[in-house]
Amino acid sequence: MKLSYVKSPEEKTKISPKGNKVVTKKTAIWTKKDLLGLEYLSKEEIGLILDNAKSFKEVLARPLRKVPTLRGKTVVNLFYEPSTRTRISFELAAKRLSADVINMVKEGSSIQKGETLIDTGRNLEALKTDVIVVRHNCSGAAAMLSRAVNISVVNAGDGWHEHPTQALLDIFTLNEKLGNVKGLNISIIGDIAHSRVARSNIWGLTKLGANVTVCAPGKLIPAGIEKLGVKVTSNIDEAIKKADAINVLRMQFERDAAGAFPSRIEYFKTFGITEERLKKAKKDIVVMHPGPINRGVEMSAEVADGANSVILEQVTNGIAIRMAVLYLVTHAKRENA
Amino acid sequence: MIIKNGYIIDPLNKREGVFDILISGSKIKKVAKNIQEKGEEIIDAKNKIVAPGLIDMHVHLREPGREDIETVARGTRAAISGGITSVCSMPNTLPPIDDAKIVKHLNNIIKKEALANVFVVGAITSGRSGRKLVDMANMKKEGAIALSDDGSSVQDEHVMFEAVKKAKENDILLISHCENKNISKNGVVNEGMIATKLGLRGIPKRAEYEFIERDINLAKKAKTKIHIAHVSCKESVNIIRKAKKDGINITTESAPHYFSLDESACVTYDTRTKMNPPLRSVEDIEAIKEGLKDGTLDAIASDHAPHGKHEKEIEFDFAAFGIIGLETSLSLAIMNLIDGKKIPWKKLIELMSTNPAGILGLKQKGNLSEESDADIVIIDPEKKWTYTKDSILSKSKNSPFIGWTLKGLATDAVVGGKIVMKNRKII
Repeated sequence: MKLSYVKSPEEKTKISPKGNKVVTKKTAIWTKKDLLGLEYLSKEEIGLILDNAKSFKEVLARPLRKVPTLRGKTVVNLFYEPSTRTRISFELAAKRLSADVINMVKEGSSIQKGETLIDTGRNLEALKTDVIVVRHNCSGAAAMLSRAVNISVVNAGDGWHEHPTQALLDIFTLNEKLGNVKGLNISIIGDIAHSRVARSNIWGLTKLGANVTVCAPGKLIPAGIEKLGVKVTSNIDEAIKKADAINVLRMQFERDAAGAFPSRIEYFKTFGITEERLKKAKKDIVVMHPGPINRGVEMSAEVADGANSVILEQVTNGIAIRMAVLYLVTHAKRENA
Repeated sequence: MIIKNGYIIDPLNKREGVFDILISGSKIKKVAKNIQEKGEEIIDAKNKIVAPGLIDMHVHLREPGREDIETVARGTRAAISGGITSVCSMPNTLPPIDDAKIVKHLNNIIKKEALANVFVVGAITSGRSGRKLVDMANMKKEGAIALSDDGSSVQDEHVMFEAVKKAKENDILLISHCENKNISKNGVVNEGMIATKLGLRGIPKRAEYEFIERDINLAKKAKTKIHIAHVSCKESVNIIRKAKKDGINITTESAPHYFSLDESACVTYDTRTKMNPPLRSVEDIEAIKEGLKDGTLDAIASDHAPHGKHEKEIEFDFAAFGIIGLETSLSLAIMNLIDGKKIPWKKLIELMSTNPAGILGLKQKGNLSEESDADIVIIDPEKKWTYTKDSILSKSKNSPFIGWTLKGLATDAVVGGKIVMKNRKII
């Protein structure tokens, strides 16, 4: 298989000083050693990841799901927070690319002995690894780590800040289902205040030209969110009505959402996505969820398993996206190289 | 000693112009044109500004207990380098300065180590816990100049009211850090779009201005004075302006970072931009400048807060609040207030010397009257310089201004009639 996907052409129309339309092909080149968030990527760079993921998805469809792209490279999954889906997905992505994978979690490691994130990162670098995939409960942890080491850092979720690969796989799934997100109405529903998935989706989708609405109970709408270019509502029916797709977030009643809403059942009644509610929506509305689902809280079991749900496809696409990301960050054309 | 040919700015005596100053012992003897005295050491201050030494009433010298990040010796050298000849040292030390014995202990260190004048601020409550009031009378006797639980507020209004009344009885100044913890909670940056974008917990401005309102009311009820520390936002400035108009006896300060940097400085998660109160919006910066210009805010104080590398080079959520400021305070004020806001030099010297002396009741300081203390700063107002990590005299380096080219610099300083800095060289 050909792996020359570091470049992606993009047509650009500009008006010349004389008023003529000039079409130029802009070629995106991946130059970043890290993936920290979608805020920091251009439209072209997002396109590059999506293009590459498409190719890698073909690999996943083969009987032998493995390519030698990252042979000899080592990927460390450094997880300060519990995670099943994201960690396994990154591990599989790395293994499908023939990289060596090491999983490091807080429990039983030097982190518990009080080692700082920067020290842990520098030690992993000294151990001659190539990529650190980091999941951390503090916003900005990935950015901090990336400044401290020269090896690649991929953000697998930092606090409430960003979860870029999740948003990328969401967008990839939307592209598969709907062709292109440009001009589409996409609603993100749930605990916006504490959601890194929401923030990454907002950056990615708005950069690609989607109309984004966020919907949450008042207490879970963070200050100034409208300045990021989204519509804001607390009315679930309004959020669903014109939507081409909805991305339903997990309500973390065990943590952040507690206190913002009286109870799980109350939340379900007011904001839960049910078949009843979807009757008022577009027939082909795409229903997404980053998982793990609280059935009967943010979404009914019927909707989760229903015809509009693409939740499991998202999971499969996640591997392709992470393969693309691991490939690009390790093959970045470094500006100083 | 004679300081010759300098452009004197002495707001208290309404004196401005080229004069000489004769110093004898620790006092100013004479301020006049062209003083000719034989055998006196001459300091030439031609083309420079000569002003009463700057007074920074909000400094964390970290002694006792945290000598690893700042000391009286190093902190006062940093102060002198910034043209500051007197500082107030805050009591959130280890142990906190909440007892006459600790005041005495710290004053002994100061006597031995300090290059600038240091006035000890004691805590309001024992252990800075916000519960039991300290023994104000004895702490004052040992030399505490004011009381503050700085770093946190006395959360309980009843305790604060008792403190206000007792401070009045003892005729000692209360300095209030205004922050309602029920509102600020675990916030780390200003609430708003930047916090939202960064996914960091926001600190609403309400946490500050509601407690300013509370303390203004307490001062009014007790018919006494209160000083409000580190004012950072527009709403607070408006509340203070109104209170002063209503004749309530309050004084206030803001810090250079609140008129030099806005919250957008936090976007890279640089923990050197993490402070409490947090950096606010562009609009707030303007309000702070306006407040300093029109007298709503009385003083500029740095809130010099040294922290170790290990306390700052960690996750933003876990990093310590605060930045160092003694060495950049004057330059930032010159750049942002004189150049940026067109406030006159006289006003700047009021904000940085005359007014803090007045608030603290230091009659011999903050002015160039005959028989006042010979605490004097000589400033090169046009000097451009770059603030580098290596140039920092404080023991800690946590400043977001490192790498900035600044304007205006103290070149010489006299404390109690002794030259402590000559031509930028600390003696």
